[in-house]
Amino acid sequence: MRNKLYYVLQLADNALIMGQRLGEWCGHGPIIEQDIALTNTSLDHIGRARSLYQYAADIYNGMSAAEKAGCFLSVALSQKAKAGEAVQEDDMAFLRDAWDYRNFLLVEQPNKDWAYTIARDFYYDAFNYFYFAALSESSDTTLAAIAQKSLKEITYHLKWTSEWVIRLGDGTDESHGRIQEAINYLWPYTGEMFQMNQVQKEMAATSVAPDTAGVKTSWDGRINSILQEATLTVPASTFSHTGGIDGTHTEHLGFILSDLQFMQRAYPGMEW
Amino acid sequence: MEHKEIYDILEGVTDPEVPVLSIIDLGIVRDVRVERKDTADEVTVTITPTYSGCPAMDVLAMGIRMALSGRGYRKVNIENRISPAWTTDWMSEAGKQKLKAYGIAPPVRKTGREQALFEEDNIECPRCGSVETELISKFGPTSCKSLYKCSQCLEPFEHFKCH
Ligand SMILES: [Zn+2]
Repeated sequence: MRNKLYYVLQLADNALIMGQRLGEWCGHGPIIEQDIALTNTSLDHIGRARSLYQYAADIYNGMSAAEKAGCFLSVALSQKAKAGEAVQEDDMAFLRDAWDYRNFLLVEQPNKDWAYTIARDFYYDAFNYFYFAALSESSDTTLAAIAQKSLKEITYHLKWTSEWVIRLGDGTDESHGRIQEAINYLWPYTGEMFQMNQVQKEMAATSVAPDTAGVKTSWDGRINSILQEATLTVPASTFSHTGGIDGTHTEHLGFILSDLQFMQRAYPGMEW
Repeated sequence: MEHKEIYDILEGVTDPEVPVLSIIDLGIVRDVRVERKDTADEVTVTITPTYSGCPAMDVLAMGIRMALSGRGYRKVNIENRISPAWTTDWMSEAGKQKLKAYGIAPPVRKTGREQALFEEDNIECPRCGSVETELISKFGPTSCKSLYKCSQCLEPFEHFKCH
C-alpha cells in the first residue's frame, strides 16, 4: 500500500503546488480577466488536490502500524500518526515537509513573469491533458473518477495556455523573445514528468498508473504543433533535472511551503 | 417519483453563487435514500460538485441539512460522489429559463465532444436576444461562467459555460 500512497501523493502534490503558484498571481494579473483566469485555474488544481489528499489520507489510515512506520520523514505528521489519530486531507498538505513532497520540479518553479508563468503552465497542462486522459482508465476506480472529473477542467487550462503561447510567440519582438527565453529555460524541467520511478513502475504494472511513454509521444506532438504555430523554436536539449518525484527539490519548494503551512505549524489545528 | 417530498424540500436549496438556481435545477443531486431507523427517517442525499474546486459545496451541504431538519428530518447524511462527472447536460429546462431571466445566458450545447466546450460563438444575449455577441474571457467570476459582451445592446453579460 505504501507505493499506492506515494503515487496518490505525487498526483496531489503536483496539483497543490501548481494551484498555490497560480494563487500567487491573485491581485497581480495584468488585467482583471487574466487575473480571474489564473485564480479559476488555481481553484481547479486545488480542488483536485483535495480529492487526492483525502484519498491518500484514507489509504494511510487503512494501513497497519507496521506499514505506517517510516512512511514519512516529517516529524509533525509522524507524531500525529504515532498518537493513533486518523489523518485528514489537510494534514497531508500542511504537515509534510519538503522531502515528503513528490511533485515535479517544474510546478514549483517561480512565476517570475507572464511569459515564465505561461510557459510552465503550458508544459504542465499539456502533460496533464494526456496523462489524465490515460488515468481515466485506471484500474483504481477512485483515481479514474478523479481523473474523469478533472479532464474537462484541464482541457480549458490547456486551451488557455496554448492561446497565450501563440499570442506571445507570434506577437511583438519583445513578447516573442521573452516567451522563447521562458520556453528554453523551463525545458530541462519537462523530462521529469515522463520519468518512471520505482513507485510509478509498480503502479503501472497493475494498471493503476499510465505508462508515461505514450503520454510523452502525445505531449511532444502537441508541444511541437503549438510552438510551431507560435513561431517559436522547440529546444533541442535532452538534459533533464530530476529528483522531485522522489522528494529532492529545488530551493523554491521550501519557500512555497513556508507560505502555505505557516498558520497550521504556528497554531496547530486552527480553523476559521 | 420516489421521495417526492424530499425532492420538493431540496428545490428550496439554492446555489449561493447563482441564487436563482436550485440544486435540483443544477442537476447536482444524484440520489436520495430514506431509511427507517427506530422511530425516525434517516435521509441520505448524494451530491456531486460542479467543478473540482467548487467552493460552494460546504455551503450547499449545510443548506441541505438545514432545509431538511427544518421540515423534521433529524438524521441527515450528505454523501459526495464525483463519478460520473457533473455536466451541464444535467441542468433542467426550468433551470435554463431561470438563468436567462436572471440575466445569465444558459448553456446551449450538449457536451460529450471536446468541441462543445469551445464552440461558444453565437451565445444569445439574455438582455436583448441578439446573437451578435463576443467572448471577452473564458473565465468568469466563478468557474462555471464565462464573460461576454453584446454587440447590439453593448451590455456585458455572463454565460453559464457548457461543461
Ligand atoms: Zn444585448
